[in-house]
Amino acid sequence: MAQSMVKEFTKGLWAEIPPFRLVLGLCPVLAVTKSVENGIGMGIATTFVLVCSNLLVSLLRSVIPAKVRIAAYIIIIATFVTVVELVMQAYTYPLFLKLGIFIPLIVVNCIVLGRAEAFASKNSPVLSIADGLGMGIGFTLSLGALGAVRESLGNGTILGSPVFGPEFQPFTFMVEAPGAFVCLGLMLCLMNLIGKK
Amino acid sequence: MGDYFVLAISCIFVNNILLAQFLGNCPFLGTSKKMETATGMAMAVVFVLVLAGIITWITDTYLLKPLDIEFLRTLSFILIIASLVQFVEMFLKKSIPALYAGLGIFLPLITTNCAVMGVCLININEEYTFMQSLVSSFTYAVGFGLALILFAGVRERTIIARVPKPLQDTSIGLVTAGMIALSFFAFKGMV
Repeated sequence: MAQSMVKEFTKGLWAEIPPFRLVLGLCPVLAVTKSVENGIGMGIATTFVLVCSNLLVSLLRSVIPAKVRIAAYIIIIATFVTVVELVMQAYTYPLFLKLGIFIPLIVVNCIVLGRAEAFASKNSPVLSIADGLGMGIGFTLSLGALGAVRESLGNGTILGSPVFGPEFQPFTFMVEAPGAFVCLGLMLCLMNLIGKK
Repeated sequence: MGDYFVLAISCIFVNNILLAQFLGNCPFLGTSKKMETATGMAMAVVFVLVLAGIITWITDTYLLKPLDIEFLRTLSFILIIASLVQFVEMFLKKSIPALYAGLGIFLPLITTNCAVMGVCLININEEYTFMQSLVSSFTYAVGFGLALILFAGVRERTIIARVPKPLQDTSIGLVTAGMIALSFFAFKGMV
C-alpha cells in the first residue's frame, strides 16, 4: 500500500510530469509564467483543486452513474474552483488580480478533468490523493521553472530581485506572448534530450 | 459602427485569443496536425462561442447580478456551456445531419475548450453591452479559426521536414506557434 502510494506520487514529478510529458493544461502554463510568483501561485491553486476533486470523485465513484459522470465531475471541480477563487480574493488579493480570469478557468484545465476521469474514477481515495498531489506538485514545479527562465531573461529578476547585475539588457521577447511558446517548446526539447538516451 | 469595427479588429488580430491571450491552446496543438480537423474545429468554435457568449451574457445580466449571486458565475457558466454543447449536438444530429457529420467529433471537445469559457468571462469583466458581447464573441472565434488554420498549414509542412529528434512533434509545434504569434504581435499598438 505504502509502496504504491509512493509510486503514484512520484510519477507526477518526472515520468508523467504535466505539462511536459502529458501535454495538457497549456493555457495557464503559457499565460501566467511571466514571473515565478505568478507561476507558483497558479500551481498551488491548481494543486488544491486537483487533490480535492480527486478525493471527492474517488469517494463517489460507485455512486455516480457512468452516463453523466463527466457532468458530475465538472460540477465537483467547479465547486472547488469557486472555493479557491473566494479564498484568493480574500487573502491574496494582488495575486488574484494578476492571475485574473485564469483562476475561474481552472475549471476547464484538462489536467484536472483528465486525472478525475483517468485515475480517480478507478482508484481508492488514498491513491487518488497521492496522484493529485504528485501531479499538482509536478505542475507547480514546471510553472515555477518556466517562470524562472522567462522572468530572469525577460526582466533580469527572480522573485523581484535582480540576478544578472546592472549592465544586463532585458530580453523582453521572453515575457511577451511569442516568447512563451518558444520558451516552452525549447524546454520540452531539453526534457526529451535528458529523458531519452 | 466605427466602435464595433475597432472592437472586431482588436479581437481578431491585436488580442488574438490563441496567440495573445493563450486561451484554447489544447485544441490548438491537438487538432492542428491536419487541415481538415483544423477547419472542423474552427467552425465548431465559431458556432458554439457565439451562442455561449449570448446566453452567458443574458444569464449574468438578468439573473446573477440582480440576485447578487455573482460568486456562482464560474459554476453556472460551465454548466451553461456544457449543456449548450450537448443541446447543439443533439439538434444538429436530428436536423442538419450534413453539418453534424462535419462538426460532430469536435463538439464534445469544446466543453473543455477554455477559449469559450474565457471569452464569456472577458465579456463580463470588460462590462460589454449586449451588442459588444455579440461582436466580441464572434470576432474572437474568427480570430481563433484564423490562427488555427494558419498554424495547421505551417504544421503540415513541418511533418514532412527533417526535424531533429528531440524537437519533434509538440516541441517544434510550440516553436512554430511562437513564430506565428510573433507575426500577430506586429499588430500590437494598432488599436
